[in-house]
Amino acid sequence: MGTSRRPALLAVAAGLLVAACTTGGAGGGGAAPAPRSDEQVTVSVWSNFADRELAALNRVLDGFHAKHPNITVRSEGSQDDDKILQSIRGGTAPDVAISFSTDQLGQYCSTGAWQNLGPYLERDKVDLDQIPKAVRDYTEYRGTRCAMPLLADVYGLYYNKELFAKAGITSPPRTLSELTDIAKRLTVFNPDGSIQVAGFVPTINFYNHRPQMLAPHWNARWQKPDGSSALASDPGWKEMFTWLKELVDFYGRDRLAKFTASAGQQYSADNAFQQGRVAMMIDGEYRTAFVSQYSPNLAYGTAPFPVADSRQNLHGTGYATGTIIGIPRGAKNAGAAWELVKHLTTDTDALVELSNGLKNVPTTRDALRSPKLQADENFQTFTKISESPNLASSPSSPTLASAVKFTEDFATRWLNGEVANLDEGLAALAKQIDDNAALGGK
Amino acid sequence: MTATVERAPAASAAPPPLPRRRRRGRHRLVVLGFLAPALLGFGLFFCYPLVATVFFSFTRSDGLNPPEWVGLRNYVHLLTGDPVARTAAYNTLWMVVVLTTLRVVFALGTASVLARLRSGVGFFRTVFYLPALAPPVAATLAFVFLFNPGTGPVNAGLRAIGIDSPPGWFTDPAWAKPSLTLLMLWCSGELMIIILAALLDVPTELYEAAALDGAGPWSRFRHVTLPSIAPVLLFGVVNSVILSLQFFTQAVVGGSVASGAAEVAGHSKNVGWPGNSTLTFPAWLYQQGFRYFNMGYAAAMCTLLFLVSFACTVVLIRRMRSAAGTGEAR
Repeated sequence: MGTSRRPALLAVAAGLLVAACTTGGAGGGGAAPAPRSDEQVTVSVWSNFADRELAALNRVLDGFHAKHPNITVRSEGSQDDDKILQSIRGGTAPDVAISFSTDQLGQYCSTGAWQNLGPYLERDKVDLDQIPKAVRDYTEYRGTRCAMPLLADVYGLYYNKELFAKAGITSPPRTLSELTDIAKRLTVFNPDGSIQVAGFVPTINFYNHRPQMLAPHWNARWQKPDGSSALASDPGWKEMFTWLKELVDFYGRDRLAKFTASAGQQYSADNAFQQGRVAMMIDGEYRTAFVSQYSPNLAYGTAPFPVADSRQNLHGTGYATGTIIGIPRGAKNAGAAWELVKHLTTDTDALVELSNGLKNVPTTRDALRSPKLQADENFQTFTKISESPNLASSPSSPTLASAVKFTEDFATRWLNGEVANLDEGLAALAKQIDDNAALGGK
Repeated sequence: MTATVERAPAASAAPPPLPRRRRRGRHRLVVLGFLAPALLGFGLFFCYPLVATVFFSFTRSDGLNPPEWVGLRNYVHLLTGDPVARTAAYNTLWMVVVLTTLRVVFALGTASVLARLRSGVGFFRTVFYLPALAPPVAATLAFVFLFNPGTGPVNAGLRAIGIDSPPGWFTDPAWAKPSLTLLMLWCSGELMIIILAALLDVPTELYEAAALDGAGPWSRFRHVTLPSIAPVLLFGVVNSVILSLQFFTQAVVGGSVASGAAEVAGHSKNVGWPGNSTLTFPAWLYQQGFRYFNMGYAAAMCTLLFLVSFACTVVLIRRMRSAAGTGEAR
């Protein structure tokens, strides 16, 4: 009798184990109703904002509460994606989650960690055409829209006007060969050979000099139509890596390492561009706020980042990513949460106020053209780029984060001279990305 | 005069003695009752996660949805198809060998000096122990800034004494792990205090007898001090091996800050910087599980790490027991 019970007991134990180890409860198939006007509801909002940026968000949340007095908003800052995911797994998710990690959106949508907003959008007839296509693309995965864009980060070229003027250069580069030429002219070496001023720093992962931000300027794609890696098959990648290597060889790997080590933290007053130690760099529109705060006297300009000489038709475009907002699985007040998400992502005044506070690019066309939008000449560069038909974003994919990591690793090895054959290296990289993709996700 | 007291029959004064088996059963229940909190904690926070991790290591799982059984696929990929895991394993092995050796030697050396001090003992003990109290993140930040190759005072000092090309420390793949090792040595006050206590516990008669026999300082250290403190040193080795196998915080923070991309909110973009030289096995495990949602694969990495830690601990504890039995490490 004992032996006949054992398999059944084992099966029950295994079932309990699986049940206990996976979070229960789906996100809900339909749209939860909005709370009645006499129903008092508290909505919790988690974001990774802090200090000045959190204060700007909270001001807009106050505006929402003024419109919906029955919905009280409890805003928690400094909550990164790890904490949000742990809360989802633990069944204590906030009602609304705000994330900076668009490269994880594929995972959020495919796993159901963030709820599908489709039923809400359909019910409330939200006009998604208000949102630029590239921005729409990075907030949905294979037709599942589990997030809405809450302002975008658009990347372009920052250049030091004073250093340009000293060298007699009157306009920013439009092509990458022009950028190379200007970078060499503006670079100043110390007597001991170290770099005093770098025209442009080609080190991968130095500030925002990252593959995602650079790739659109060669029209390099991450994936083939079947979802497998395009790193080996898309010629744009090879051109990009070749261009990077030429610049690294000009500076010298060791000199660059020493220079970047002393360049100051990216999001601090010591940022090398703000200090006049780097003449040109790729960065997002939010840098304008940092310059205003930390280096108000810096004479700088912005422009679309130069494109490959063979793809000059792309000039004016750039890379877009941004902040995303959604309703996590297990949110207790999903109906009220959606009212807040809709307000933050589609209300023109709310978007403009948030944009003015955070210095990010608004994500609807009405907000982009609003007269209330505070956009100086440098910021306008980015609002124009965001309306470009060629604006690019990384594909929504559960495997994007690992693909980016492997590509950055490869770029570092290539620039260090550790890859003998670029074609073979790219083929191995594509295989590595595809092999890792088979481990998880959907 | 003697008083005689008539005792009541035993049967009416106390219950009859319990049968031996029942007494044992009750005793066991009492023991179990006292052990229950510890057993509950052990079961909930060790056994259950361990069993669940082993189970998930045979699945494809994102941690949010029901897992899919894939057999040994995660292990096959880990052992044959993941070059980053190989790099991470190498980095961790490097830390196990180098950090363990240097940490024990450094703590022993510092403790030996402190044991011989005649004055200011309390002050110097405090000074050498204090770094161990520094929070790991703060200590790492301070070290990265001190060792900054361009602006840090360490390289400025090295240049001042004529070293024209000082190391790149945290920004050079060849020096990143040695830099982390230096940081960990600076923070090894806890082990130093334990070894110091053991050193002070060695009977002075043994030294006196050895001196009478004509033993010099090295012979006294070799034949008196080392055998006496061997169990404590082995504890230090076990402790350092486990610390190295779990090495995470300092590596992640150091890499991120050195790359210049540390964010206020603590999110790190550049784990392993520079060139994956600081990517430890636990750091890669964390990336796979919590960044890439490959929970099944991360569970396989966890299981392997557990087996290696377990094997190391068993071997070292056996050595410790044999050393304790003979009074000398073999």
